[in-house]
Amino acid sequence: MIRLDGVTVLYRDRAALRDVTLQVDAGERVAVIGPNGAGKSTLLRVVAGLLAPAAGTVELAGMPVARLDRLAVARRLAVVPQLPTLPFATTVEEVVALGRLPHEHPIRGMRPGDRAAVAAAIERVGVGHLLGRDARELSLGERQLVLLAMAVAQGSPVLVLDEPTVHLDLRHQIEVMDLVGDLNARDGTTILAVLHDLGLAAHFFPRLVLLDRGRIVADGPPAEVLAPERIREVFGVDPEFVHLRV
Amino acid sequence: MSPGSAILAARAGSTGLAGLARRPVTVAAVGLVLLAVALVAGIAAGTVPIAPADTIGILARRLLGLHVTPTWTAAAETIVIDLRLPRVLSAMVVGAGLATAGAAFQGLLRNPLADPYVLGTASGAALGAAIAVLIPVRALILQFGLIHALAFVGALGAVLVVYRLSRVGASSPMTSLLLTGYAVSSLLAAGLAMAMYLSGAGLRQIFSFLLGGFDSSSWGRLAVAAPLIALASLGILLRARALNGMLLGDDAAAHLGVDVRRERAILLALASLATAAAVSVSGLIGFVGLVGPHVVRLLVGPNARLVLPLAALLGASLMVGADLAARLLGEIPVGVVTAVIGAPFFLALLRRTRSGYEL
Repeated sequence: MIRLDGVTVLYRDRAALRDVTLQVDAGERVAVIGPNGAGKSTLLRVVAGLLAPAAGTVELAGMPVARLDRLAVARRLAVVPQLPTLPFATTVEEVVALGRLPHEHPIRGMRPGDRAAVAAAIERVGVGHLLGRDARELSLGERQLVLLAMAVAQGSPVLVLDEPTVHLDLRHQIEVMDLVGDLNARDGTTILAVLHDLGLAAHFFPRLVLLDRGRIVADGPPAEVLAPERIREVFGVDPEFVHLRV
Repeated sequence: MSPGSAILAARAGSTGLAGLARRPVTVAAVGLVLLAVALVAGIAAGTVPIAPADTIGILARRLLGLHVTPTWTAAAETIVIDLRLPRVLSAMVVGAGLATAGAAFQGLLRNPLADPYVLGTASGAALGAAIAVLIPVRALILQFGLIHALAFVGALGAVLVVYRLSRVGASSPMTSLLLTGYAVSSLLAAGLAMAMYLSGAGLRQIFSFLLGGFDSSSWGRLAVAAPLIALASLGILLRARALNGMLLGDDAAAHLGVDVRRERAILLALASLATAAAVSVSGLIGFVGLVGPHVVRLLVGPNARLVLPLAALLGASLMVGADLAARLLGEIPVGVVTAVIGAPFFLALLRRTRSGYEL
């Protein structure tokens, strides 16, 4: 579903990603982990076609991302944005409806099918009790769920999340992770998520990709990727501390 | 119930998915009635009052070609057709254009404080007009006096400079656009101050452009500006999807299928064109482009597909009404009227929706 082959990304002269090769199959659930500055968010931006690699190729559902226009990318891949600020009062249902932008009629707007998708996403994510409220007045946890509902309404086969649990308390972290897991298990949505919390990653994701200074240094099941020696080496902390949390 | 609480009640009354279509039809109907009343009143009232029935009769006869037996004098017909009609239509078109451009600027800069003048159009137009006054040449360009023609060029030129200067790499980030707009505006304002200082007897002419007004409206000028404003506004409306995507910021918009860099450039060009054309007709009139879109958003939410046409409708009615008030008060500048009505209204809205605006 997602294929990166020998991808290198340069920010000025600094390499944010070096020779990254990664394949994520349809229906997989993959978490990208690594210390700050390892290139996790860069990886997501490359996959979403927002950044062009200096070398290597990125394919989405068998098509090079570079050859797809924004609409075509949006129909294949939905991204849950990091809590954006809204310039105007916007109700929860109006935010969720933005997920239909890639599908709605370009001039006339949402069609009945789009409205049905919005209603279904609201139901699926369980934000029905928030309808009619200004999205800016919600708690961070509620806002994250609303953004998730927007991405679900987008109906793309791949769902990308960039630190979906940052700012959230433990209960909301687990709620969001449960939901993402369920979207993967029940709807077959392919999940690619960047996570800071190794405990959450290990618990909710069967496959972890560990990035360090722009390179993939480990890729596999949590027990293998989070080996004590590697944690000491990549994160520079006592592995005991991490394993207590896992 | 005060108008403010009616607005809040209208908003609160909409829950569930029906909230996606918050009574835009009602708002549109009220807007159309408002505009019709404003147009008829705007044509009927003035130093020579003409009965509303006669006004409608004259319009029906001359514009629709209906066979209405005149109950009015030939002078009344001339006043309506040659003086008042181009004037109210100018006000209508300028109001609609400024409100549409304001909604577009607010959306694409993601800033509720943005108005059509935010990227330098106002100071560019003012400097253009001032230069025209200083040049000892009187030319008529496409039915435009030199003042109006140079105001148009100045407005577009200023935005072009701002856009070019704000580019970082291949794109123009919105913060950079806003700050560059501010800096360029300041520079142009200095030029304007110098021009005013040097203008001597021309000062009054420059000043009256700065205050804005429709007293010198003509069919000829309207015929050039109206199509520009209409086409630019229609172009903006056709890009409502991009504006909606930009609600959540550049990256989110891109993930929702919007080619942000391209759409922003096109929207900027169209909104600036509408503003420049409007300014070239009327001079600088504030508040309609700022307040109009906000009032509409309070009624129907932020969906640009609804906000743009309804803001145009409201802007048109407001401007015709403001021009009428200006005339009835003895030809005071329209900009004074829009500020006197607009500023307190805007303050009241801000107070009622204190949590409603964040930057």
